[in-house]
Amino acid sequence: MERKTKIKTEDGKQELVITREFDLPLELLFRAYVEPDIVEQWMGTKVLKLESKKHGGWQFETTDSQGNKHRFNGVIHEFIPNRKITRTFEMEDTSFGVQLEFYEFEKLTDDASKLKIHSIFESVAHRDQMLRLPFARGLNMAHNRLQDIVSKLK
Amino acid sequence: MNLRRDVFQAIADPTRRAILLLVASQSMTAGAIAANFDTARPTVSKHLQILAECELLEQEQNGREIYYHLNPEKIKEIADFIEPFREMWDDRFNKLESVMKKYKSKK
Repeated sequence: MERKTKIKTEDGKQELVITREFDLPLELLFRAYVEPDIVEQWMGTKVLKLESKKHGGWQFETTDSQGNKHRFNGVIHEFIPNRKITRTFEMEDTSFGVQLEFYEFEKLTDDASKLKIHSIFESVAHRDQMLRLPFARGLNMAHNRLQDIVSKLK
Repeated sequence: MNLRRDVFQAIADPTRRAILLLVASQSMTAGAIAANFDTARPTVSKHLQILAECELLEQEQNGREIYYHLNPEKIKEIADFIEPFREMWDDRFNKLESVMKKYKSKK
């Protein structure tokens, strides 16, 4: 099966590109990024603020399995319905820094559309740190599970 | 707690890593693999089952015996640390797609 989500990274560059094709009309894909109640459903976050317009700001909050709250925020620089969103992204209280993100929405057919997210980081190290996060989380989960098993053996 | 079995869980265990190294050079039966460990045979079987479930090992029937060998495709996945990042986005986008399909049919 062909992978629908593609990640493009180049060594030594402080950017990454995520592309994905959807079996959705362009308008529905774009709406998924604009309407707070829809964003909450698929992102699994609480939308504290989402001002989808030029000079608008956004802030989301997620709660992890331990009950800790994590907030994300940014400002919107460019908002062209069904075409483009330019915004910043920051995970609050982390060392990931601020990213500049370009979301480009494209119609493929009446029922298919494409999203391209181009993220620019403060440095190559910041980008690589973000790329490794789910990998590290996977290993941590594995280690935690191992610890659970081992502690039951005792 | 029932976590999804993924390759990262599989390789977090030292015995399972050792099994992967063993079968890297040749296909082996469960008995031949178990002979390399002090652990009880059922424990080794459990490890083999986990490795097979997450597709790191493939099984092949040869006469009465089942041989285990590496699945190079899946091994490549571990070597690529970006893969979990891609999977995270893929999951997220799959969710978006299903939420919006439901949304569309409600209209």
